[in-house]
Amino acid sequence: MNESPASSSETPMVRFERVSKRYGALTVLDQLDLDVASGEKVAIIGPSGSGKTTVLRVLMALERIDDGVIHIDGEPLTHMPQGDGLVPADARHLRKMRSHIGMVFQHFNLFPHMSAVQNCMEAPMSVLGLGKEEAHTRAAELLTMVGLADKLDHHPAQLSGGQQQRVAIARALAMRPRVMLFDEVTSALDPELCGEVLNVIRELGSAHQLTMLMVTHQMGFAREFADRVCFFDAGRIAEQGSPEELFGNPQHERTQQFLRAVMEAI
Amino acid sequence: MPANRTGPTGSSPAAGALAAVAILGFAGGLLVSSFAGFRDFLPELLRGAATTVQVAAGGSLVAVVAALLATTARLYAPLPLRWLAVAYVELFRGTSALVQLFWLFFVLPMLGISLSPMTAGIAALGLNIGAYGSEVMRGAIEAVPRGQWEAASALNLGRFRTLRRIVLPQAFVAMIPPWGNLFIELLKATSLVSLITLSDLAFKAQQLNQTTLRTVEIFGIVLLIYLALSLLVTLAMRALERRAGRRLLRGKEAR
Repeated sequence: MNESPASSSETPMVRFERVSKRYGALTVLDQLDLDVASGEKVAIIGPSGSGKTTVLRVLMALERIDDGVIHIDGEPLTHMPQGDGLVPADARHLRKMRSHIGMVFQHFNLFPHMSAVQNCMEAPMSVLGLGKEEAHTRAAELLTMVGLADKLDHHPAQLSGGQQQRVAIARALAMRPRVMLFDEVTSALDPELCGEVLNVIRELGSAHQLTMLMVTHQMGFAREFADRVCFFDAGRIAEQGSPEELFGNPQHERTQQFLRAVMEAI
Repeated sequence: MPANRTGPTGSSPAAGALAAVAILGFAGGLLVSSFAGFRDFLPELLRGAATTVQVAAGGSLVAVVAALLATTARLYAPLPLRWLAVAYVELFRGTSALVQLFWLFFVLPMLGISLSPMTAGIAALGLNIGAYGSEVMRGAIEAVPRGQWEAASALNLGRFRTLRRIVLPQAFVAMIPPWGNLFIELLKATSLVSLITLSDLAFKAQQLNQTTLRTVEIFGIVLLIYLALSLLVTLAMRALERRAGRRLLRGKEAR
């Protein structure tokens, strides 16, 4: 039912197979199926509580799923069910799978006691084993790419929200992920600062073969940037398609309602 | 409107109050010493104070190490170790420091472990304060926003690495003021070691008092020495807090 238009015969970069996630009695993801092809840009929209952010969080392995399987480039992120429950993947396997994925958070979550460049050096040095100089070079390149060449030694508290979020993007890229997850990355920003962050994402999309999943409330950006838009409702994809299809001619009643409400808010 | 006082007042009211206490203490010291046998008593009392400082410093070190180990074990170690850490904290918080001191000094020898008075004093007071310190550390660590753990996790940093490089440096700043309290508590509790044959400040005072009966002068000086030592601790912790706070540059990131 959820055939992705962009998928081809090759292995999808990300595959959700009947994935469920519950918090107590609340079902946040309800047997979700989702395939994302390599290099594809997918925007995830929907009302709050529809499970959008959870999709990214379980993909980053920040939370365990209760049922189903997630594959990354054909490899399972989780173990298969055993007996009556799911046996979670062990720490080593999770680390290996996580190394393919980078995530940018709504509230940046920069390390406040480290400068911008140190934020981008910490993980490459301790996880990838890069030397200090190499890590610094890589971090400086990435910070330059996001337009912060003159802020390398600034601490997060000395940067604007937009600048902090760009540091966060550079920090995630420093690990050379194949999939990037953006979780409402402009929601905590003043409107005039959103543009600089979205521009960085735009450039990233055109220059690299990165697979991207973004949860966003910026319908304009989703429409312009994404290859595909998924509308989430009650833990499932209620409707998906190209931006033109989904924004221009929504089929589902919930999608129409949601888009109407969003447009009215502007 | 109150008249604007002249003179070197601190930049903040707290610093001003501290300065006032110090000045009052100094004046009081002059008063007491001008009255009397300050010359007779001070050398002996200062020798006692040296023992007090030794116990306090050693105890502080033991307390920090014990608290760090107990906290790490309680938060991140496998179950048996976790239970051990919980047992330690509850046992040493739940019984009196004096009883702990007696145990280490009088009971352990019966089990074949003899400690010198100094070792027993440092160990007992350090472990006692360390149990409280463990609670302080746990609170400070848990107060570091969850987003920090998640960001580290998304970067594939290991748990221990995250704790050491990301979480502890941030928690450190928050735990400095309560640790200042604990160090002062420890300093004052050192008077208990006079009961296991150590000649600390309190012991010397009692000894002098029994032979000379010049109670007011002796205990006046003793009071001022304790006060001066604890003010020293306070000032040191303030300085540490300012330095650590500058490094952290807390502000917009707070969440």
